[in-house]
Amino acid sequence: MKALAARRRHRLAPVILMALALLFTGVVYAAIAPSAAQADTASADDLTEGERLFITNCSTCHGLDAEGTPEAPSLIGVGAASVHFQIVTGRMPMDANSPQAEAKPPQLDEEQAQQVAAYIASLGPGPSIPSAEQVDPTLGDAAAGGALFRTNCAMCHNAVGAGGALTEGKYAPALYESTPTEIYEAMLTGPQSMPVFNDATLTEEDKRDVIAYLIEQREPNPGGLSLGSLGPVSEGLWVFVVGMGVLICAAVWIGSRSS
Amino acid sequence: MSARTEVPQQRKTSPTVAAGADFLDTRVGASKMVKEFARKIFPDHWSFLLGEIALFSFVILILSGIFLTMFFVPSMTEVHYPEDALPVTMQGLEMSEAFASTVYMSYHVPGGLLMRQIHHWAALMFVGAMTVHMMRVFFTGAFRRPRELNWLVGFTLLILGLAAGFSGYSLPDDVLSGNGLRIADGVLRAIPLIGSYGSYMLFGGEFPGTDIIPRLFTVHILLVPGLILALIAVHLFLIVWHKHTQFPGPGRTDRNVVGYPLFPVYTAKAGGFFFIVFGVLAVMGATMSINNVWNYGPYDPSIVGAGAQPDWYMLFLEGALRLMPGQTEYVIGGFTLSLNILVPGVVIPGILFTLLALFPFIEGFATKDTGEHHVLDRPRNAPVRTASGVAILSVFFVLVAAGSNDLIATHFHLSLNAITWAFRVLFFVLPVVTFIVTKRICLSLQRKDRELVLHGHETGRVVRFASGEYIEVHRPLDEHERWVLVAHGPRRPLEIPAEEDSAGVRRPGHRRDRLRQSLSRFFYEDRVEPVTPAELAAAHAHDEHDAVDARPARETIGTQSH
Repeated sequence: MKALAARRRHRLAPVILMALALLFTGVVYAAIAPSAAQADTASADDLTEGERLFITNCSTCHGLDAEGTPEAPSLIGVGAASVHFQIVTGRMPMDANSPQAEAKPPQLDEEQAQQVAAYIASLGPGPSIPSAEQVDPTLGDAAAGGALFRTNCAMCHNAVGAGGALTEGKYAPALYESTPTEIYEAMLTGPQSMPVFNDATLTEEDKRDVIAYLIEQREPNPGGLSLGSLGPVSEGLWVFVVGMGVLICAAVWIGSRSS
Repeated sequence: MSARTEVPQQRKTSPTVAAGADFLDTRVGASKMVKEFARKIFPDHWSFLLGEIALFSFVILILSGIFLTMFFVPSMTEVHYPEDALPVTMQGLEMSEAFASTVYMSYHVPGGLLMRQIHHWAALMFVGAMTVHMMRVFFTGAFRRPRELNWLVGFTLLILGLAAGFSGYSLPDDVLSGNGLRIADGVLRAIPLIGSYGSYMLFGGEFPGTDIIPRLFTVHILLVPGLILALIAVHLFLIVWHKHTQFPGPGRTDRNVVGYPLFPVYTAKAGGFFFIVFGVLAVMGATMSINNVWNYGPYDPSIVGAGAQPDWYMLFLEGALRLMPGQTEYVIGGFTLSLNILVPGVVIPGILFTLLALFPFIEGFATKDTGEHHVLDRPRNAPVRTASGVAILSVFFVLVAAGSNDLIATHFHLSLNAITWAFRVLFFVLPVVTFIVTKRICLSLQRKDRELVLHGHETGRVVRFASGEYIEVHRPLDEHERWVLVAHGPRRPLEIPAEEDSAGVRRPGHRRDRLRQSLSRFFYEDRVEPVTPAELAAAHAHDEHDAVDARPARETIGTQSH
């Protein structure tokens, strides 16, 4: 204790104290931050179970008949693809009012999502969940997909799908984690700020090409660390942090008197 | 021990070397040059090596650039990327030869991608080191007489560095560089009357045309590097001519240079530093990807990707464009006046650069300073200069941040609109605030220095005299510390002669002098006078008096603590 007291005016003391305070805050936050709760498991009849799940998880905002309320739109006719996308990406059920629904760990599992999707699809016709073949990236042409992506998607999602900003706190998310099915469903249904790319604007083959291009982006980067694929701003930041930082350290070393 | 016997042996030069040296000496006066340069004294300080980082980056740029010219095809001829070449995302796509050769070089020329990345990192480092070097020169007042012209040479080098960078990253003809060229085209067109003609001249017709890449290639590999090389020669010659500046320190005055000779000490240090710079850039080029043009794809005027930004040194222009409200475009008698582009694209950089280029002359006008300065200012001792520099930098940083507003929005979960408005306000408010705060900090630091010189360091030891009086014991500064703190002279606002002489005749040039005086007041009205020798002597007498009185008390405390 005496040794500690003797060093309390050491010039590194504030730094160490700050580091400890930050660590403490982080541990406390991790302990008390809310984590996603799991919903109850499904039963045999998909439609009935879907309806039950809908009433439990969605009807507060979308209404008991899925006809919508002043807070949320009607879901009649949105189709299975839309429901499946929103649920498996965790965007629905929404947990807070924010500029846009955030992706988060899904509240319902894949089977439950399929059941709710089936229930909504039974209320009115809409785009259905794509088949495995429709979204198979190995069947697509990455080069053609890249050209389509740059023309139709890159202005919001960035040229390789790293994401980008929209107005008023909304944003186009990064696509690195999205599954081929999610990408297909998003193009088909246009969630939130995203426009709809129906089969007349981007054909089924076009959509598969886009998926092939995005999956191709997950290959290792030939040039080394990707630095987030964010372009010149991150490159400029790194040249000062790494390059200039190391060289100034070297300059201090060289410029110091040897004798 | 053996050094004594070895030295004469080393001194004995072989007849061939002697003959060669004699050959050079009698023809180009080599011995005189060697004597002049080798004995040049270079003071030690890490910040004097910042310019060397820029110089060495430029050497690396030239070396890696020569490699790149062997494989790059500066042509906008349309080709299809080979179906059997990597990357798969480019196979069979229609593109210009410039883009195709860049991508092909990256994937199929051994070392091609490494060289491209080293070249690009070196370019960012080149401009970065120039900027930081310029900041060092600015904040230490190294631009003062007799170095004003070298400041201008350095400033021109910075502008040429921007030109080299912009013409270079536009060459691959990818979407991002095409977007940059389109903005440059837009800024050019916004200039009234001559804009559209200028654009047609630059691009050889309607944007983008097929002329711009070959033209930029000539600019990038011949014109700009040639000018940079020539000006670097001038810059270095002037450094040798003026001799290097030095920070205040024991024995350092405006009439000497204290340091080590260029040969062998600084040739070794600088030579070693070159390899460190080369090594750092090579490691960055090998491990950190930069400007992956195949990510952006071949240029097509209809495409803009999210996060379309220029390299960092152009980012402030992008930021100015993003901040300017778009409603300021007017049509007057059939002619469009695009103030929304003209102001951020031409006026704001014009003001920033003019201020920067002319600052030595503005300060010189205010001080009417005719002395030679070789000892640098500590930034705190020139509060208004330091504050002006920080204010200019703060505007620059606001614009850089505004140029990255979309990335700030996504990474910090903020509203893009709110950020833009915040930066619009900060653009005007921040320079004023940083100016005032920096000036106050500088003045406070000067007061602290004064306090230190007059009273010494606080030791934290409080003693009580027999009379009951308490004092804190102060440890006096040693000679070295004191030299640094009292080396600078006082700077006061100019006094000017009266407007009219005794006969009531107006003095010619009075108005100019009044302007000079008000500028001088702006610089030096608020000041802390440096410690004078008389004050120092008085303080010492006082200290000694205290010390004598305090001695017995100190001894008592000393024995207690053992």
